[in-house]
Amino acid sequence: MNAFLGDLWYSARESLATLGRVFLFFLQLIAFTPRALMRFRLVVHQIFNAGALSLVIIMTCGLFVGMVLGLLGYDLLSRVGSEEILGAGAALALTKQLGPVVTALLFAGRAGTALASELGLMRATDQLSAMQMMAVDPVRRVVVPRFLGGVIAMPCLTAIFISIGVFGVQLVGVEQVGIDSGSFWSQMRSAVELDDIGEGLLKGAVFGIACSLIAVYEGYNSVPTAEGVGRATTRTVVISSVVTLILNFILTAIML
Amino acid sequence: MNAAAAPVEVPKSENLVEIRGLHYAVGRRPVFSGLDIDMRRGRITAIMGPSGTGKTTLLRLMTGQIAPDSGEIIVDGLNLRTLSRSQIFQLRRRMGMLFQSGALLTDIDVFENVAFPLREHTDLPERLIRHIVLTKLHAVGLRGAAQMLPSELSGGMARRVALARAIVMDPDILIYDEPFAGLDPISMGVILRLIRQMNDALGITSIVVSHDVQELSTIAHETYLLAEGRVVASGSPEELHANTSDIVRQFMNGMADGPVPFHFPAPDYSTQLLARGERRRTPRGEQ
Repeated sequence: MNAFLGDLWYSARESLATLGRVFLFFLQLIAFTPRALMRFRLVVHQIFNAGALSLVIIMTCGLFVGMVLGLLGYDLLSRVGSEEILGAGAALALTKQLGPVVTALLFAGRAGTALASELGLMRATDQLSAMQMMAVDPVRRVVVPRFLGGVIAMPCLTAIFISIGVFGVQLVGVEQVGIDSGSFWSQMRSAVELDDIGEGLLKGAVFGIACSLIAVYEGYNSVPTAEGVGRATTRTVVISSVVTLILNFILTAIML
Repeated sequence: MNAAAAPVEVPKSENLVEIRGLHYAVGRRPVFSGLDIDMRRGRITAIMGPSGTGKTTLLRLMTGQIAPDSGEIIVDGLNLRTLSRSQIFQLRRRMGMLFQSGALLTDIDVFENVAFPLREHTDLPERLIRHIVLTKLHAVGLRGAAQMLPSELSGGMARRVALARAIVMDPDILIYDEPFAGLDPISMGVILRLIRQMNDALGITSIVVSHDVQELSTIAHETYLLAEGRVVASGSPEELHANTSDIVRQFMNGMADGPVPFHFPAPDYSTQLLARGERRRTPRGEQ
């Protein structure tokens, strides 16, 4: 029993220490951000890596999530004779919840793992040490542009996911099952307000900061071995997903 | 008073690097216990020793990547212990380092790799950067590979590109970490010639860490042999070859057993073989 409590105490202490290290790392990234923005070319390159290269998966998933939402929504609403509010309900669900959350989960799986494994491999192959030896701070030169690239790309990807998702709902609702196009779009326009779109994009930005921070932290601090890089990549996906869902609950509770 | 703001400058001597009473341990395992080494300006100093004696750790200490537990490391009159992080970075601009793996940045081509320090530390016009980079690549014989990616280079070529990158800022000190490891005889000969050329033509102080006795003997002016956390022999390569100490003879002649034992410390062989009900754990991932 004592050993169990000892292990528990040790784990709790280690978790707290890790949180502290992540926070300090975050402050370091913030401190370097103004200088990184002055070399915006590096950031643009990372926006392309994290954003443009994730477009196909985001758009494909957005389309199918929207279509499923359309089918389920229609099935449910037709039972009570309210099919015409399908557009409004689906758009709200996509804008406020599904869009930011699913985009963040996909972002963690595609861009987050790419960031973590790239940084981990750079450490394992001495590229980060070589930079330090060339009097170049790797955090400033390598980590911050990647972090900013992720932070900027995430809200854009969220907006694209939501748009394609709504298109998917319309495909099923209007084109397939025959809801009137006019009432579909007008119900949606009257239900979704600017604040709802702002909430979705704000969530996207917060998830972007969290997922990018976790990815660059795990990659930069990975053990420089094949196993270490693999673990960092796995941890990135797992921690990002859990943190996204927790943050989503907190933000939803605050913004209700 | 902020000691970091005013580094203690020791009067400059003929030694570019001086290490005095260096102690360093990893956990409870001592790596160095009272190391004293001098590296003279404009000379090639070889640091040799069996694997695991801390040669690469010594380089990391000398470049301020890690701090010693005690002792002094003085580089060109500057005591590393008194330097702030930014002052250490300033000092590193005068150092070049060739990593064992080359450590080239894999997402940019050879030209950009060599240009990297210039782009980070200077505002030179593009035309001048191009001129300098091509000059350095020509010096290592790889001007024609400027547009290739690191993944397209052989081990020897990658090492030469890394050398071009290491000298692009015209450093005072050039540090080579295992420069011959894994190279074929031709590439090894090329690297040997380049180390000597850099030293003679540019007057760079060179520090070579390696365990390739024959190769180092042909280029080194001074040699230090490390073992058990201290310097066990030093002098010219000829003096080391003439040294009669057991450990020096074992290392210089490549003998499998001696003061550095062939067998890692283990329980008695027969006792272990005859022991029943005890199964050694296999390493993770192996069956």
